[in-house]
Amino acid sequence: MNEITHQPAAEHGEHEHHVTPPIVYMVIFGCLLAFTALTVGASYIEMGVFNPIVALAIGVIKATLVVLFFMGVKYSTKLTKLTLGAGLFTFLALIGMTLADYISRAWGRW
Amino acid sequence: MSTNTIVSLPDQSTARIPKVNFLTKENGLLSWLLTGDHKRIAILYLISITFFFFIGGALAGLIRLELLTPQSDLMATDTYNKVFTMHGVIMIFLFLVPSVPATLGNFLIPIMLGAKDLALPKINLLSWYLYVVGGILVLYTMISGGVDTGWTFTTPLSTHYVNTNVMSTGLAVFIAGFSSIFTGLNFIVTIHKMRAPGMTWFRMPLFVWSHYAASILMVLGTPVLAIAIVLVALERTMGIGVFDPTKGGDPLLFQHLFWFYSHPAVYIMILPGMGVISEVISTFSRKRVFGYTAVAFSSVAIAVFGFFVWAHHMFIMGISNYAMLVFSLLTMLVAVPSAIKIFNWTFTLYKGSITFETPMLYAFGFMGLFTIGGLTGVFLGTSGTDIHLTETYFIVAHFHFVMVGGMLMAFLSGIHFWWPKMTGRMYPEKISQLAAVVTFIGFNFTFFPQFILGTLGMPRRYAAYPPEFQVLNVFSTAGATILGVGYLLPVLYLTWSLKYGEIAGNNPWQATGFEWQIQSPPLTENFTVTPIMDHEAYDYEWLENQKAKEVASVG
Amino acid sequence: MSDSTAIANGAPEAQHHEHPSYQRHHFESVEQQADATNFAMWLFLLTEIMFFGGLFTAYLIYRNWYYPAFVAASHQLNIFWGTANTGVLISSSFTMAMGVWCAETRRKSGLVLCLVLTFVLGLIFLGIKTIEYSEKIEKHHVPGFHYSVKNFTDPASDPETYKEYKDKPMPLDMARHTELYFFLYFAMTGMHALHMIIGIAILGFMIFRARAGAYTGGHVTFVENFGLYWHFVDIIWIFLFPLLYLISRHQ
Repeated sequence: MNEITHQPAAEHGEHEHHVTPPIVYMVIFGCLLAFTALTVGASYIEMGVFNPIVALAIGVIKATLVVLFFMGVKYSTKLTKLTLGAGLFTFLALIGMTLADYISRAWGRW
Repeated sequence: MSTNTIVSLPDQSTARIPKVNFLTKENGLLSWLLTGDHKRIAILYLISITFFFFIGGALAGLIRLELLTPQSDLMATDTYNKVFTMHGVIMIFLFLVPSVPATLGNFLIPIMLGAKDLALPKINLLSWYLYVVGGILVLYTMISGGVDTGWTFTTPLSTHYVNTNVMSTGLAVFIAGFSSIFTGLNFIVTIHKMRAPGMTWFRMPLFVWSHYAASILMVLGTPVLAIAIVLVALERTMGIGVFDPTKGGDPLLFQHLFWFYSHPAVYIMILPGMGVISEVISTFSRKRVFGYTAVAFSSVAIAVFGFFVWAHHMFIMGISNYAMLVFSLLTMLVAVPSAIKIFNWTFTLYKGSITFETPMLYAFGFMGLFTIGGLTGVFLGTSGTDIHLTETYFIVAHFHFVMVGGMLMAFLSGIHFWWPKMTGRMYPEKISQLAAVVTFIGFNFTFFPQFILGTLGMPRRYAAYPPEFQVLNVFSTAGATILGVGYLLPVLYLTWSLKYGEIAGNNPWQATGFEWQIQSPPLTENFTVTPIMDHEAYDYEWLENQKAKEVASVG
Repeated sequence: MSDSTAIANGAPEAQHHEHPSYQRHHFESVEQQADATNFAMWLFLLTEIMFFGGLFTAYLIYRNWYYPAFVAASHQLNIFWGTANTGVLISSSFTMAMGVWCAETRRKSGLVLCLVLTFVLGLIFLGIKTIEYSEKIEKHHVPGFHYSVKNFTDPASDPETYKEYKDKPMPLDMARHTELYFFLYFAMTGMHALHMIIGIAILGFMIFRARAGAYTGGHVTFVENFGLYWHFVDIIWIFLFPLLYLISRHQ
């Protein structure tokens, strides 16, 4: 089997290396600052149970912008997206299932 | 014992170990200590983990000696606590977790994929150094008085009530954890990015699939152990209150974080062993593994489901009834993929041409003992029975069946199977078969009585026990003596074989797989030309064609 | 691959292909190397997600259990410094992203400038954190080190905070739980700061190498992968800020 001559090892075509133009970075930068101001403002408003929801939602939006554009995941391979998804999934499993125990303790016995 | 064998060695009068190989390429201590060669790193790991295995084994011997008598007469109860804690810490973190991945995985995965090395050789070397530092810290801990919390570091005992070396052990485990993370990370990158042309995912050896699944667990699970240890350290040194009820903390939080890693950890330990078994059973039945896809997916399924069952270690600790219900149900689910593998291996054996060389003996031992261990795991996953069986010797027997009867046997199977590839020499077959049988007998004598002890109610981690349990304990200790002999023999004859073993040649087992097509021991760069994978895995017809071509060309 | 091994094995030596000096021998191509190292960095970031995950779990549990203590304790954090730090870190992410663009488009002086700006912004972040930490130390809000609940049982004892938030005096047992809040504050921001320090150190090394042109000759992977790390550290702060500083700032 070693008779066959050397072949390139890339098993799938390497995707074009996307170079994000600076204007995109500037727009995202602006959005991030705007959302920061928004989240600070929201914390001064009484919204009851929605306060943490709004805060987390804004946080998730900001993080998503950083991930998609600053980290380039929008233009990355499926593998990168899958990897990130796997990490988030495990993170949520840790938090979710642990919290489920704590929250359900208050429900008492059956 | 059948005299039928598939071993095919070159003519011993003319055969020689190839002059240029990864062992002879460079000389000197630094060429080993600064190597990037995955094969050399694998050998470094093999030496280190064998060293720690025997220390852990000596501690096990001390445990069994103490338990010969009902009273705590050989050592004080505090000392006994330290002995079983160090036994657990060493065996789990310094032996079982790195055993197959860091030795056989490191050695074989690049070769099996057709690559020249792992993706990150320097990180691989770093991984070994981290292991060594962790090991040295454990040795330091032993010398400076040990730690007695149990390997599980349960809070608040470990944070508030003991005065022993929790910090140094915690640091050791933290560092060894990073060793494991880097190994897993390396494997995942290599498997995704460095497969040879034609090596699709479903043509890879199942050994690689198992390591892929185990590596996912290493990368995603181990950091949670790391943070759990950091919190214990902060609690001990600063009294921050995270696990302290008087300050509002919850000791159970530690257990959640600890077991979130430590349950997947048991799959980190067993999956690579299962990968070995797939290779060995196929080779010694001369048949492709039955249901390749099922076995491959079941490895990944074990990894995924393994993340959702951790609280079955906490049924009696104070989790909510609803959590008990959910985790118990999920635990039933995780048993299924393991069972699928056992079925597939059995179907591989059916109508195969079975021979009984040493790796196969260990593999048979694995199948029987792992099945028993796994089934008893179902009793423990059922929360109703677990309440009675947990913290008894039933648990001890369960995990020793899966880890020692399962994993350790798989490790020995793999070491014997790939010994000719790594060293170029065969081990002596008769004495190794004897050692395998001795191990099997010793194992059953040691651990089967412990199932009975557990159901009778003997608690674990006790130096003194009620006299009515003595007979079974004596049986167990007697078995442990036999088991010790069984483990000592390989060290002796494998070392002997390095100088006096028969020359193995490229493919003594007539096995498929890239590693058997190259010289033994391999070249540093594994291949002179990048191989092309143009056939399915475990394709014995392809192998026959290869042999026919070789014979034809010589003529 | 040396010639002697080819002769020893009798195999034809594959044509010795040219490759850049920065390509390691076990890789077949520069693309494979870049691909593999990029993937490796993402996997490393996964481990970081899980590492911080443990702390987030602890935070969510104790915030749920001791909400009043968490609210009162969060008022002790200066919202001006916190918001400023958030702005600083977001800016540093922007300059880092621009730095990667400069490397990709081979603008050496642009790259150096961006790296230096990122470095400086990182230092400013740590400087502000130092100001905040020293304030906590002064007010005895460091868990385990003469921790004092006086500011919570008797809010008037802290005039500045009391003027802004008019917190009511808290019963002693709930006030004691503020220590858990501060443990989480120090653990999470401390762990974050540790990652910042490591990042700044690597940035220093990178500035030195960038000035020598190491990253503007087509080999951008180091800068790109470091960028991923830096953005990740930013994301951690994006969550820490609302969770620690913005629990409830309304009366």
